[in-house]
Amino acid sequence: MNYSIILYVIGWVLNIQAALMVLPCITALIYGEKSGWAFVITMAVCLIIGLPLVIKKPKNRVFYLRESFISTALSWIVLSIFGALPFWISGHIPNPVDALFETVSGFTTTGASILKDVEALPYCLLMWRSFTHWIGGMGVLVFLLTLIPMTGGSHMNLMKAESPGPSVSRLVPKVRSTAKILYAIYIVLTLIQIVLLLIGGMPLFDSLTLSFGTAGTGGFGIKNDSIAGYSTYSQVIITIFMILCGINFNAYFLIIMKQFKQAFDIEEVKVYLGIILISTLIIAFNTQHLFHNFGQAFQQAAFQVGSIITTTGYATTDFNLWPGTSKVILVMLMFIGACAGSTGGGIKVSRFLIMSKTVGKELRLLLHPRSIKKIQIDGHPVEHEVVRSTNVFLIVYILIFAASVFLISFDNFDLTTTFTAVAATLNNIGPGLELVGPTGNFSEFSNFSKLVMIFDMLAGRLELFPLLLIFMPRTWKKF
Amino acid sequence: MNIIIIGCGKVGTTLAELLSAENHDIVLVDEKPQKLSAIPETLDALRVTGNGASINTLQEAGIKTADILIAVTGSDELNLLCCLIAKKAGKCHTIARVRNPIYNKEIDFIKEKLGISMIINPELTAATEISRLLRFPSAIKIDTFAKGRVELLKFRIRPEFKLNDMPLYEIGTKTDSNILICAVERGGEITIPGGNFVLKDNDVLSIVASPRDAARFFHNIGLKTNQVRNTLIVGGGKIGYYTAKLLLDMKIDVHIVENNLTRCEELTELLPEATIIHGDGTDKQLLLEEGLATAEAFVTLTNLDEENLLLSLFAKANSNAKLVSKVNKISFTDIINNLDIGSVIYPKYLTADYILQYVRAMSNSIGSNNVETLYQILDNRAEALEFAIHEKSAVTDVPLAQLKLKKNLLIGCINRHGRILIPKGQDSIQVGDTVIIVTTQKGLDDIQDILRK
Repeated sequence: MNYSIILYVIGWVLNIQAALMVLPCITALIYGEKSGWAFVITMAVCLIIGLPLVIKKPKNRVFYLRESFISTALSWIVLSIFGALPFWISGHIPNPVDALFETVSGFTTTGASILKDVEALPYCLLMWRSFTHWIGGMGVLVFLLTLIPMTGGSHMNLMKAESPGPSVSRLVPKVRSTAKILYAIYIVLTLIQIVLLLIGGMPLFDSLTLSFGTAGTGGFGIKNDSIAGYSTYSQVIITIFMILCGINFNAYFLIIMKQFKQAFDIEEVKVYLGIILISTLIIAFNTQHLFHNFGQAFQQAAFQVGSIITTTGYATTDFNLWPGTSKVILVMLMFIGACAGSTGGGIKVSRFLIMSKTVGKELRLLLHPRSIKKIQIDGHPVEHEVVRSTNVFLIVYILIFAASVFLISFDNFDLTTTFTAVAATLNNIGPGLELVGPTGNFSEFSNFSKLVMIFDMLAGRLELFPLLLIFMPRTWKKF
Repeated sequence: MNIIIIGCGKVGTTLAELLSAENHDIVLVDEKPQKLSAIPETLDALRVTGNGASINTLQEAGIKTADILIAVTGSDELNLLCCLIAKKAGKCHTIARVRNPIYNKEIDFIKEKLGISMIINPELTAATEISRLLRFPSAIKIDTFAKGRVELLKFRIRPEFKLNDMPLYEIGTKTDSNILICAVERGGEITIPGGNFVLKDNDVLSIVASPRDAARFFHNIGLKTNQVRNTLIVGGGKIGYYTAKLLLDMKIDVHIVENNLTRCEELTELLPEATIIHGDGTDKQLLLEEGLATAEAFVTLTNLDEENLLLSLFAKANSNAKLVSKVNKISFTDIINNLDIGSVIYPKYLTADYILQYVRAMSNSIGSNNVETLYQILDNRAEALEFAIHEKSAVTDVPLAQLKLKKNLLIGCINRHGRILIPKGQDSIQVGDTVIIVTTQKGLDDIQDILRK
């Protein structure tokens, strides 16, 4: 294990975090808020620790897969701890665990909040809360890649460790160029949304924060009723962009390269859109009686489906009050999640695609024991390693899920609350059902349960393995 | 540049590493996904699984925007087909590895008719390198360019050569050899000399000549090249064959020890002048019997790297021969270098180096339509530019002596249908030739730029 290079990476992460805090500082200046000082203090702390770490490039530049996994996991933890400082220093969230929960929820694009009254926060903290979504959506280390030239081959390993999905592909030969393209797509999508929201008459601050939350598929609102108070136009725009940000970004690259046929032929994206359409229709019919007409029911259903499957977690209505079928569908969508290579969380459509095809293959094998078949996605055979790691992922996922439910159950809430609280955090969604539903929040949980959920959120965002590796004693051995 | 490499064997991977270190965008193509996944992620390149001769695979690899395609799969035919299809599908330069000696005889036809920019034969390359090692002492530095076909020999004039105060036009007759002096380094300055240039002692000369002429030239001026007079080769494979052929052309006596009887019979047909011995190369008695103790050079070219190295160690203890051993696969270069067993050649690096040189030369010439390749020679202080002559112009069909060339510029050699000519005053450039211009003037863009305005 090469510790010096890991410290070097963490140093850069701290410096970048200091740079990113300029945005809430500006916000504080504009609105003349005293809380802005909390950011200045945090920036100073970040730089004091970060700069000495990067001044000297480490001699030993060896950077293997395990270094990437560990530096990814540690970077996210460091990012969360320092990102939580402004909430705590400004005194708006006095409990450090709460501040950490809120920040982790932000960076992991979960959107679960412990705040009972969001509107009481100053603007600069609201801006930082939403901005963490945007940063966490595409990933900090991917961002790091585009900025600083790392040693030779470390790029791909870092990207593998941080990017969601069963396998990571390059768009162009160089990983750095790939990262740049991904960020460019991300920024353009965000800008388009901001402009469209502004056209709809939304104030600049609201459209910025909501667009950050949408693009990162986060879900922090700046109003107590999330999105419900905004116009239908804004809701429709947010629905569309949530769904767009849940699509595999490879599709956008193919569209830019004018390979439309291939772009619209990605199996995962087709399945993803199919799931959204079917779920929306079922929920719309199921909840029709709650709304004035079918059109409104459809719009609300589409918003909620889009919000949950992309793991954003915005709400326009209290779906806690919806009939059972609709709630079950939403809970199922929580687990499916968005596409691989998007900013969304969850298990990912592509994993379900691989698993369902594997099941089909196993069934066929029962009929024809000697048949040889490789499962294919987009016309390419899926390697055995990918299938295997997908299976392992699911098992680990279920184990973590069960353990978390058990640990949280000591708080003695009803089963639905406990179950959906874990589902909402492990899948990076935000709201669950009952107590943690769209109108509720996570403040009632004990500090211990919050720590468990902080772990769940980080594990969900980093796709389990990097975080688990930290707990393996072997990882830290020199040999 | 965007470079597609088809075939991820030893050479393909080495090339990808070298090229990616020079910041090119690399796409690796191989039919076997295991081969691609065996390449460590430290290699920053896109990987595409598929047959390199399939248009679909090529499109996926981005043939439309590719600048160079390098086909180094195990099959000659597949490599050639890859290049052909790439040529039709995109606008890239193509490089193919072709190792079958049968094709090798027809290489210029293939290149010309199929429009392939470069064909590399690793065995021939290795053999050329070996023969170079045996021909020249370390006092002579060798720089190769034009895809390895032209050698630039660099040496310092000593008083005993009797070249002091000799004008260049006399050199040919005085030394009775056909050589071309293309650069003179005096007091740190490089001059591309004209016929009236007068040589002084301590000048560093760079000459272009065919191997035979070079040997005669060095002999006549009295520079001891220590060229070996006989060579014992163990292993009669492709490299062994090519090496023997090159050495025999230089009138060097060659003995080949080969294990396989059929191959021995083939070799006697191919190389009637060589002595072919059927026997096990690791047999101590046999080697001593065949005169290892008195051999002037001992070259080990069996298929086993370990055997080659051991044999060289044995020869080192038992003779004063110049030693050359081939290492194909094992990668403990630093340890092998510590063994002190003369020269070790690594065919995969040689091949990769040649291709790399060409790619560099190509990327130098980007932005110019007429320069085929541009080599930086003599520590980047002079350029060797390669022009293909496609049409008649002011420079064609005129005897070179009558061309009014710019200062510090000369015509280094003419490649006419695969034959390298060292040009003399009465020669002329013809349509279809490839001409190499050596100059210290930068920025030539067209063959007509060589004329004084």
